Amino acid sequence: MLPDPLMPLLVVLSSLLAGLVIFFLPEDRVRTRTLLNLGGALVKIVLVAFMFHGLYQGAHHYETRMPLLPGLDLVLRADAMAMLFVVLSAGLWLVTTVYAIGYLEGSPHRSRFFGFFSLCVTASVGVALAGNLITFLLFYEMLTLVTYPLIVHRETEAARRAGRAYLVYTIAGGALLLIAVTWLYTLTDTLEFTARGFVSALDSSHHGALVAIFVLLIAGLGVKAALIPLHGWLPQAMVAPAPVSALLHAVAVVKAGAFGILRVVYDVFGIEFSARLGLLLPLAVLAAATIIYGSVRALFQDDLKRRLAFSTVSQVSYIVLGAAVIGPVATIGSLAHLIHQGVMKITLFFCAGNLAEELGIHRISEMDGVGRRMPWTMAAFTIGAFGMIGVPPMAGFISKWYLGLGALEAGQGWVIAVLAASSLLNAAYFLPILHAAWFRSPSGAWPDDRLQGHGETAFALLAPPVITALLTLALGLLALVPFSPVNWAYLITTLEYGP
Amino acid sequence: MIPSPMPGLSLEMLVVAVPLLGAICCFLWPGRSVLPGLFTSVAVTATVIGLGWQVMQHGVLRHALGGWQAPLGIDLQADGLSLLMLTMTAVVGLAVSIYSSAYFGREKAASFWPLWCFLWAALNALFLSADIFNLYVTLELLGLAAVALVALAGDTDALSAAMRYLLVSLTGSLFYLLGVALLYHGFGTLDMVLLGRTMAATPPAWAAMGLMSVGLLLKTALFPLHFWLPPAHAGAPAPVSALLSALVVKASFYILIRLWLLVFPFPGPAPGQLLGLLGTAAILWGGMQALRQTRLKLLVAYSTVVQIGYLFLAFPLAATIGWHGAIYLLLSHAVAKTAMFLATGNILFHGGHDRIADLDRVARHLPLTLGAFALAGVSLMGLPPSGGFISKWLLLEASIRSGQWWWAMPLIAGGLLTGAYVFRVIGHAFTPSDLPRTSRAVPLRMEWTALLMAMLAIALGLIASWPLALMDTGLPFGGGT
Repeated sequence: MLPDPLMPLLVVLSSLLAGLVIFFLPEDRVRTRTLLNLGGALVKIVLVAFMFHGLYQGAHHYETRMPLLPGLDLVLRADAMAMLFVVLSAGLWLVTTVYAIGYLEGSPHRSRFFGFFSLCVTASVGVALAGNLITFLLFYEMLTLVTYPLIVHRETEAARRAGRAYLVYTIAGGALLLIAVTWLYTLTDTLEFTARGFVSALDSSHHGALVAIFVLLIAGLGVKAALIPLHGWLPQAMVAPAPVSALLHAVAVVKAGAFGILRVVYDVFGIEFSARLGLLLPLAVLAAATIIYGSVRALFQDDLKRRLAFSTVSQVSYIVLGAAVIGPVATIGSLAHLIHQGVMKITLFFCAGNLAEELGIHRISEMDGVGRRMPWTMAAFTIGAFGMIGVPPMAGFISKWYLGLGALEAGQGWVIAVLAASSLLNAAYFLPILHAAWFRSPSGAWPDDRLQGHGETAFALLAPPVITALLTLALGLLALVPFSPVNWAYLITTLEYGP
Repeated sequence: MIPSPMPGLSLEMLVVAVPLLGAICCFLWPGRSVLPGLFTSVAVTATVIGLGWQVMQHGVLRHALGGWQAPLGIDLQADGLSLLMLTMTAVVGLAVSIYSSAYFGREKAASFWPLWCFLWAALNALFLSADIFNLYVTLELLGLAAVALVALAGDTDALSAAMRYLLVSLTGSLFYLLGVALLYHGFGTLDMVLLGRTMAATPPAWAAMGLMSVGLLLKTALFPLHFWLPPAHAGAPAPVSALLSALVVKASFYILIRLWLLVFPFPGPAPGQLLGLLGTAAILWGGMQALRQTRLKLLVAYSTVVQIGYLFLAFPLAATIGWHGAIYLLLSHAVAKTAMFLATGNILFHGGHDRIADLDRVARHLPLTLGAFALAGVSLMGLPPSGGFISKWLLLEASIRSGQWWWAMPLIAGGLLTGAYVFRVIGHAFTPSDLPRTSRAVPLRMEWTALLMAMLAIALGLIASWPLALMDTGLPFGGGT
């Protein structure tokens, strides 16, 4: 049996080591690379499942601690909130790896790609497991750096521009975060994430500084979470290969920002103290504005991936909105949406990748009748889209239900209006796609029917979206069974609000 | 402080004597100087490890050469700070030696090895010196060896850069020597500890402080006295550039810190603030210049100007964690900049040019080198996990804790500028072009030394507690809380 303090470290190392070895593999060692990729992903899932089980029993405390600086440790701790994000990262990594192996078959620079791909997941899992702000910062910045080569992977001029925009935003955001974290440390002399926060004990003369720190932290994290007006890089970054977009929008970068905001609100400031400082309402308004803005912009995009990207801008802010509304029910909605959005959005990006890969379709105006050519892909897409709109019984409905209920409980009825408007907009930009795909007839023959007779596309490209689509359904239908995200969110909520 | 177990032959002495002997051997066998050179670097590293072991066991070591104590004789002293400097020199030295064994042709090697061993001896002696005159002598020896190494490239640019470097170096030493004379005249001793005890704020003492500081700033290339650095560091052969940027400019900075902390404890806030301002200017100016460069080596040289600027931000903060931050930056910059210059050397070796706009093919053919450049860049930007991040964190913390939050701004701005010029290079490496190029294979040894040094720069971000604890052995920063 493995010792408890080693477990979080091993979870991080499982993809780190795989990634480092992959860098040094020659391009043509396809089987070794596949073995390493899948092996790393599977080992990670087994370790995570093991920790999950241990935590559920309640007898274990998984924490790795190493000295980093005098008075500051590098801490990896599997607490309840960390597990939520770790399960998401580990699970979707496996699916995306399968997809990426199929997607990049035969293309150049695969060792470089999969090396950074593994590092990217390592950084996400590190962000999830970080037990204090400095560890969080460390992995958060690592995520910035290792994602860059994935975005510029295609080496085109557009890719380079997108990579540059991404860096400008994220490195500047990282600088703000660094200032905030250092400043906070000089006030509190600790950075350990604590349920219900650790700053409320400070003298009230520091409250001005705390407000400034909160603003800096949200600005630094808001860049990755794509809050307006810091979202500019995200729609550009969709030039990256489909598996990268999938990972970026569902698990890695965007989620790291949203998760960071959750950590700041719940485990640094504490939700009640944040409310006392008057910080939550502005955050909620910002999130609401982002939700509406993202949806409206999505409506006007013809490029499928760009539409999905603006949809991400909108959907990720649900998480922030839930965190900014005080009350346990809203918290459950926010935490559950962290998982739900990931599963739904990854489905949509997988499908978009399949359309581009198989038929060269990049624009919505080219999608007429595509449902007949690629029924499985479009079925998965449909489930994902319905989930995003919030049609019951999909996962997205559950998130919206809890968010709305939580808003009512907190006496903030305007949030319901935002949710309703957003759902309408979601329907307005997803339903035309579905209509075109299923009910219109194709304008001509499909460009490349090389796979006719072998199914609609390669198995490695088809299985991942189908699996995540089924998961979207399952998360909605089985929302209240033990180990479901909602159920787990209940557990976190009891910690954050106390008995 | 304990007496050395072997009065005649102490490790402190060996640390200086071994490279000196090595220099002589390399000089005597010019045809095959690589072997004694490599052997010397391993031997020096071993003696430094031995010395480190002793310091960790017994604390500060002090050895009187020939049995004559200060103020009459010459004392060699090793405290935690000296030891870290020696270790840094040994690590960089070993890497550069291995790299150079493949880099230089036979003819150049015959000149390189004796000079390099000599430079190493001067550096080690400097870091162990406890009196200001001895520091002058070692500084002068260091300068001469460094100038000769710059001239090694042999082309016109290198020669004129070397000439300018020589004049700057001599001027700097001269200023320093004048200060030494003033102090000796005023206080009757050269030993730093004794001087510090008897120091009084008299006009000669102020004059000495001004002269010595200006001389050392010139040698450290702090803005606006940095003008000589980019051509000298960019004109020299790559391993020499690495030595100059990583080690040589640090030596004069080291003396400045020692003087500031031990000898001149009275300056008040104004001089420190001035140095901080100059440091800020260096960061901004150097960063802007680095962004404008079209040649990779010049870009890397200007990045040294920036990093030197960072070091001076510790002076206005005057706090122990600030000094820790500066010293840690000095160490991690040494490692990262070595990696970066060696990587640049590989690129030049491979394609015969270092035009940034044409770096496209490097990513294909030299992935290890590109990796080394990128990882070293991460440390220079101060992003975690890296040695650069630890030092930036400490400096930031010091500036906020001391209530001088405005010094956080150059730290952040410098990081952003560095990010901009590092990614400018990396971005070009990701752009394919179809121009046919002549190229020659880069020996694996050269690629790996660059990469290993870059990895070390990253690792320094994870093992910081050990060097930081060692730094306080002998309390070199005891006065500066």
